[in-house]
Amino acid sequence: MIELTINGQKRRVDAEGDTPLLWVLRDDLGMTGTKYGCGIAQCGACSVMIDGTVTRSCVTPVESVAGAQITTIEAVEADPVGARVVEAWVKHQVPQCGYCQSGQVMAATSLLKQNAKPSDADVEAAMTNLCRCGTYNAIKAAVRDVAGLATQEQGA
Amino acid sequence: MTEWTPLDPALAKVLPTGDPVNVSRRGFLGSAGAGALVLGFGLPVAARAQAAGSAPAVTPGTRVPAFLAINPDNTIRLQSPFAEGGQGVWTAMAQIVGEELDADPATFVVENAPTGPDYQVVYGRMRITGGSMSVRTSYDTMRRLGASARALLIQAGAQRLGVPTSQLSTQPGRVVHQASGRSVTYGELAPTALDLPVPATPPTLKDPKDFRWIGKPQARLDVRAKSTGKAQFAIDTKVDGMLHAAVQHAPRLGLTVGKIRNEAEIKAMKGVHSVHVLDGAVAVVAQRFWHARRAAEAAQVDWAEPTGATYRAMPASFSTQAHATHLATVQGTEEVAETAGDVAKAFAAAKSTVSATYHSQYLNHAQLEPPSALARFNADGTLDMWFPNQAPDMFLAEVAKVAALPPEKIRIHSPLLGGFFGRHFLYPHGNPYPQAIELAKRVNAPVKLIWTREEEFLRDPLRPMAAVRFRGAVDASGMPLAIEAISATEGPTEGIADKRSGQIDPTALEGLAGKSYTLPNKRIAQIFVKSPTTVAYWRSVGNSMNDFFYEAFLDELADKGGQDPYAVRLHLLSGNARLTTLLKAVVDLSGGWKRGPFKAADGTMRARGMAMASPFGTQTAAIAEVSIADGQVTVHEVWQAIDPGSVVNPAIIAAQVNSAVALGLSQTLVEEAAYKNGERVARNFDGYPILTPDRMPRVHVKIVESGEKMGGIGEPGLPAVPPAVANAVSRLRGQRVRSLPLGTLA
Repeated sequence: MIELTINGQKRRVDAEGDTPLLWVLRDDLGMTGTKYGCGIAQCGACSVMIDGTVTRSCVTPVESVAGAQITTIEAVEADPVGARVVEAWVKHQVPQCGYCQSGQVMAATSLLKQNAKPSDADVEAAMTNLCRCGTYNAIKAAVRDVAGLATQEQGA
Repeated sequence: MTEWTPLDPALAKVLPTGDPVNVSRRGFLGSAGAGALVLGFGLPVAARAQAAGSAPAVTPGTRVPAFLAINPDNTIRLQSPFAEGGQGVWTAMAQIVGEELDADPATFVVENAPTGPDYQVVYGRMRITGGSMSVRTSYDTMRRLGASARALLIQAGAQRLGVPTSQLSTQPGRVVHQASGRSVTYGELAPTALDLPVPATPPTLKDPKDFRWIGKPQARLDVRAKSTGKAQFAIDTKVDGMLHAAVQHAPRLGLTVGKIRNEAEIKAMKGVHSVHVLDGAVAVVAQRFWHARRAAEAAQVDWAEPTGATYRAMPASFSTQAHATHLATVQGTEEVAETAGDVAKAFAAAKSTVSATYHSQYLNHAQLEPPSALARFNADGTLDMWFPNQAPDMFLAEVAKVAALPPEKIRIHSPLLGGFFGRHFLYPHGNPYPQAIELAKRVNAPVKLIWTREEEFLRDPLRPMAAVRFRGAVDASGMPLAIEAISATEGPTEGIADKRSGQIDPTALEGLAGKSYTLPNKRIAQIFVKSPTTVAYWRSVGNSMNDFFYEAFLDELADKGGQDPYAVRLHLLSGNARLTTLLKAVVDLSGGWKRGPFKAADGTMRARGMAMASPFGTQTAAIAEVSIADGQVTVHEVWQAIDPGSVVNPAIIAAQVNSAVALGLSQTLVEEAAYKNGERVARNFDGYPILTPDRMPRVHVKIVESGEKMGGIGEPGLPAVPPAVANAVSRLRGQRVRSLPLGTLA
């Protein structure tokens, strides 16, 4: 048994230590907000925060995060920065299919918790998750909005 | 605003998600909220049951109870005939129905409807979500549906208030008796309205000038759920007693399992329930997906060559590089799709001519949600299935065959799509549902099968490859006189069917044929070459490559004649006011035509290219601005003007154009599904890159609402993008781009 702290709650799971955190969340704990996209840390759909830092859970052995604070999309709005990120996502109408957006919101929340006023270069360096719907400009606008920077909207 | 909510657990008890229940029209419905009891218009269950048998004919889109339920809190449940996969169609449906029902679209909760004849609203005779057809083919039907529901509510209001219907009107969500100042909400009236027959005479539709919601940038209904992890996709579905499954596919389609060398070993792996030999795959069933996956990957399989005729058996010799050469040189019957004037005579009279061969590549859909299928056989002999799909009734027919059950014993559940782009149609060997059915039968328990990204890229049918041999002629003034295009390819429609219809597959040549330019002499033809791979529809289908070919060659022809590409296009559009307006609109949007090369403020040398397309009933024009450093193309800006005739939601159109620009750039810059020795070179995003955020340009969208017949929106933003970029790159380098992806330029 491995004891985890997920969204502030202690959870005990019966999983081998090398099981990726992603599958423990999805199958053992029924927390399906965190998504499987590639399994090799390329796409970022599985992003969670480990002690406040965005982490790709599909390649994170569960034993490596025992004792850490794990935050998933299910609790993102409990975090004041996360709540602002979600509001910005709604305001900028970011999601299309939505499958990558849990990970995008987690990546943005992690960035803005660590750096409230990121530069464009900071945003580019931090927001590397893939989105097949191509919502990249809306994501950027939403992150800049939370950071207090203006962005010209996409038009129409 | 009411957010979109996934199927409520309370609802799941009565809706056809669990064991069959006998729900009458007056049955209780869970609401979108906290499981409140709802007296609604009724359930589509009866409709579906009728559909399954050879029941009375139903006119699609006319039976209000099949589509709408109104809760006491005035929220409205709409059964959508269309799948939501990011294109915004559920919001559009709420706008269209809400407009005529007189109910705020923000109060709608939209779900994907079950199978059945009520929802065959595409041209009134079929149900697919594709071809950018949803809104444009069902617009009138869905408006009439909303108007019929409003008429029922007014009738119910007349009974309740004791006044004639002629004295009643509506305000959003309520029936109003102006004279007395009394009103009653739709939610209060819904139980009474239920018993009323739909009026025989169709209600009058609103004058578009009175539209309150259609044409406005209505916020999407699903955005909050999708920003907080609450949206449920097929891959997230869970039922009691469910086992998980993973597969290892044969590296080449057609190979069968000879022997699993380490079967005893993988059976003994932790968590493994059972190991199964399937058609062309080894499957592992386990209590957890991770265990299933690990064991499926660990299987050491001796694959056997096919013995009889099989669907598109992949030869061990196949490589995409050699196939490109074959397509460029193969001789065969030229089947002519479009012709005008006298091409031979034009070439004889031409001032100068140019020939060139262009290439496109195979592409994966690469939707971010990997395919899955959950199959559950129930004690009463019925089957429930959950899987991503763009055409529930078409899948129902196939599931019935595979499961050997009559369709009326099968319920197809169609959750939100985590992207689709054409991925979730019925494709031979391209969908996981047959494997899930087989496994659920064998283990006598519900089974959810997920194809890992690697297994998905191996069985995802591909956007076809083509080589087009062009010849062009210019006249004495330097303007195009003739274009001949011979495409060696297989169209996706004939490829999926695996047979030729006797006519040219329009999806093979669209974008080469059907161009809007007035060119005096042309000849557009196909040499049919069967693809060794499986093929598919991919966002914008034939247009995804054919407009690249045509528009890039058109620039080549302009250069040959010493003419500017903008002047050439205006010339070829003379007399076409709609497209002249559109082309000028994109030029204006970009600040005036400036082909370059020019030095930008940051010191980089840049150039711009333009292109046009006429896909799916919509017209588009795009301009792209690029620079090149170390062989890498940077696309800085894309301007696109789009004329869909008329508009339901301009914000969604702008978002869809952004999305289409991203996918168009992705295939232009980086994507290619390559084969060597009959096997895929790359089976995940490490070796098959897609567009990353740092390569996304600024996108500027101008919607031109000409008032012409309504066109599509999901796909049309794509086809003009690859040629606009290619034309800009060609201009900047002084060397033509004739194949995609650009990759690293030499």
